[in-house]
Amino acid sequence: MRTHEQLADDLALYALDELTGSERSELEQHIETCAACRRELQMLRGDLGLLALVSSGPQPPARSKERLMRAIAAEPRGVASAESTPARERSLWAVLVPSLAALGLLLITVALLRSNSRMKDQIADLGNRNREQSGELGRLDEELKLLSSADAIHVSLKPQNTAPQAGGTAIFSPSQKRMIFLASNLAPLPTGKAYELWIIPAAGAPIPAGVFKPDEHGNAAMVGQKMPEGVEAKAFAITIENETGSDKPTSPILLTGTVS
Amino acid sequence: METSEKSSTKADDMRLVARIRAGDQHAMAELYNRYAKVVYGVALRVLQNAEAAEDVLQDVFLQLWRNPDAFDASRGSMAAWLAVISRHRSIDRLRQRRPETDIEECIIACGRDLSEETERNLVIEKVRQALAEMNPDHRTVLELAFFQGLTHTDIAQKTGEPLGTVKTRIRSGLQKLREKFAA
Repeated sequence: MRTHEQLADDLALYALDELTGSERSELEQHIETCAACRRELQMLRGDLGLLALVSSGPQPPARSKERLMRAIAAEPRGVASAESTPARERSLWAVLVPSLAALGLLLITVALLRSNSRMKDQIADLGNRNREQSGELGRLDEELKLLSSADAIHVSLKPQNTAPQAGGTAIFSPSQKRMIFLASNLAPLPTGKAYELWIIPAAGAPIPAGVFKPDEHGNAAMVGQKMPEGVEAKAFAITIENETGSDKPTSPILLTGTVS
Repeated sequence: METSEKSSTKADDMRLVARIRAGDQHAMAELYNRYAKVVYGVALRVLQNAEAAEDVLQDVFLQLWRNPDAFDASRGSMAAWLAVISRHRSIDRLRQRRPETDIEECIIACGRDLSEETERNLVIEKVRQALAEMNPDHRTVLELAFFQGLTHTDIAQKTGEPLGTVKTRIRSGLQKLREKFAA
């Protein structure tokens, strides 16, 4: 019995369809149970696919397409043979049909087992992706929990002996194309209204960047906002709009900040 | 309505396969128009015989018609998959043997969308460049194994290299190709 490393060593030969006999069957049995080797085999076949493409080019003769279309037309999908069976052949069919049915069932079972193995692979891939996304979601959720929790303490620094001023901070990364926006001391909103954040680009009209409502203390946060592609933000601004959001500002700008 | 070739994308490939599954012969004709050059080109390179290459072309597309679900669109590109199937069928013919690999079992992983001819041409150029930059010994072994269907034992006899060296060269040749696309 060869080790995983020894078997994995032959994957390229298997991908080239070169292995035969016991070498082939031993590796096939191993592949059935080894996800790493299955993945590597798929990668190797992808490499071979790229290699094969260098021969792509010559157009086959027109008769090839005609021949294929004729062959396909002769094999319509899902149409059973309507020819009647001669009586003298029926006794043979009486023997053959159960045997063929059994063989068919066996083939279906084998196909299902193979399909099952492939689906297990896909489920494992999806599971990995799901775990990555859950992790990311969890981190964002933690940020949101902190910002919106009832006991969160927000400390605003301001000049002494003046009334609290509404303010906001937009933090964005041009490379990550993501943004976080925090606001404080915002005035309560009329029913049906919300604050809307705008990105003011270097050229062109303001771009809507999210609608939000502050809590009872006037604080608000938007986390994980995406920045639009190909837009250079010159400034950010806040207006009051309908709570469903607006495509363009329809009320005076309440807060604005220029990108320095 | 038939899909315009100008809007060919991977999504279109998947739509064509869905239509083929439903028995749409026009979809098969569209897929043929898109990939016949790939399948025929590979078969011609391996078999060096136009008539035999036409038979492989016929065989590959007919199998796809009979079993469109054999192609796993979630993992690979149709062009790369058809190229590999064409190569395998050509080698089977060359060695006068029954097909070893079932097309359903031939799952490939190819992260590139090769359904657009322009993208395909860029990839082909990159593969040619990778082959040109490859150590000539590695390139020769890879071409003998892939396009001429020689076994590693045949190659060892032909080149006078030890069997282990031939195996290593095949592996590292493919590795170099993969690195070129990962870069």
